[in-house]
Amino acid sequence: MDWQALSLSLELAAVTLLVLMPLGLWLGRWLAHTRFAGKSLIEAVVVLPLVLPPTVLGYYLLASLGGASPVGRWMQETFDVQLTFNFAGLLIASAVFNIPFMVQPVQRAFEAIPSNLAEAAAVSGLSPWQTFVRVELPLAWPGVLSAAVLTFVHTLGEFGVVLMMGGSIPGETKTIAISIYDRVQSFDLRGADEMALLLLLMSLTAVAASFFATARLVKTR
Amino acid sequence: MPLRSRRKVILWIALTVPLAPMTAQAQSLEVPTLAAASDLRFALEEVAEQFEKSTGQRLRLVFGSSGNFYSQILQGAPFHLFMSADEDFVFKLADAGKTVDRGRLYAHGRIGLMVPKGGPVRADGALADLAAALADGRLKKLAIASPDHAPYGMRAKEALQHAGLWQRIGPFLVVGENISQTAQFAISGSTQGGIIAYSLALAPQVARQGDFALIPESWHKPLAQRMVLMRNAPASARAFYDYLSTPAAQSIMVKYGFAMPNP
Repeated sequence: MDWQALSLSLELAAVTLLVLMPLGLWLGRWLAHTRFAGKSLIEAVVVLPLVLPPTVLGYYLLASLGGASPVGRWMQETFDVQLTFNFAGLLIASAVFNIPFMVQPVQRAFEAIPSNLAEAAAVSGLSPWQTFVRVELPLAWPGVLSAAVLTFVHTLGEFGVVLMMGGSIPGETKTIAISIYDRVQSFDLRGADEMALLLLLMSLTAVAASFFATARLVKTR
Repeated sequence: MPLRSRRKVILWIALTVPLAPMTAQAQSLEVPTLAAASDLRFALEEVAEQFEKSTGQRLRLVFGSSGNFYSQILQGAPFHLFMSADEDFVFKLADAGKTVDRGRLYAHGRIGLMVPKGGPVRADGALADLAAALADGRLKKLAIASPDHAPYGMRAKEALQHAGLWQRIGPFLVVGENISQTAQFAISGSTQGGIIAYSLALAPQVARQGDFALIPESWHKPLAQRMVLMRNAPASARAFYDYLSTPAAQSIMVKYGFAMPNP
């Protein structure tokens, strides 16, 4: 068992969640409540990472953020920060490829809230922020929870993008999914077995727990 | 979820999250990162273990195809020492100004035919039985490393060309991303064999699963393996670079079938 890779993956998943959650709530709610001409295009862009081959995403990220790109060079010269082959690079990649997993369930959850509820809250004297926290968020919570679980588990399992952007450096970019690949190549099938089983169980548990929580929340409401 | 436990979750995330990038950074300051060709997988792990035992200095090893490392280093990958399976990638990095110098030869590699135990094709270094198996249909799949970016794949292609098999064997090839993946394919039982590195064939994990025969060295360009320190290499990386020419390190390399370069 590669504990270093496991803890790196857990860290990456947690930070990705922390970064994406505010963006996902804002964008999902905005898409749910707003109607305008180019909305379908924006929704298509949000879903794009879901249908794009991970290697394509990884390639574009590498090409646009790598040391040879204008952005990469500018970040390097101005802030002395590198955006590929390290944790920061993985975090950017992970945030991008999880956008659909975060935004879509949140958008669906906010869409399901009747608009007259927000109007009633406004009439009762609640500010927009209070309405969001006290009325909308409690109602949208199951959707937000499943978005968070999907994002977390999807980050643990992502392979293609990480392979392209990461460089498989132990403790820095060698996530558990990469470590499984590496174990197979070094003929350590037992190690690969253990980690694959662990990922399977973690994914199953997380998804089942979110379904369970959602079902319970819906019932008690 | 009640408000109190919700706060707990947020607090937990807020406390654990900032630690992640910091710990990763602290490690990268001290421990040098080595990008090593996959044919070194078992030999170099043993050398690194000896080095760590005698100096207390830890190392981070990353294995892959030399061509991949070459393009990753050009893209800014933070490797300190690059141990290639050939010379060209090292020279190209030197020309690009990424390295401290033009590096040093550290070993000569060999290739050979590996077949799974009890398989239909015989391990025959002159590839005569491989040619026969190709003709009579015993050969369904043969594994080689990528002839585009893996030096061991390039040499395998040359050997197959020398044997006059390259044109015909195309549809039967399974291509590994690097030579250790190729070795894994070769003994998996899903292929009838593969052309792999001698150093991998000698590793116990591989040796017990198949039979191996060396292909004549004159059939392909030499596998002159060169290593080079990157410009950003810390002293600890240079220490390992120097350690590789000590008798202790070389005896391990020889055990894995590498020929040492003439001093």
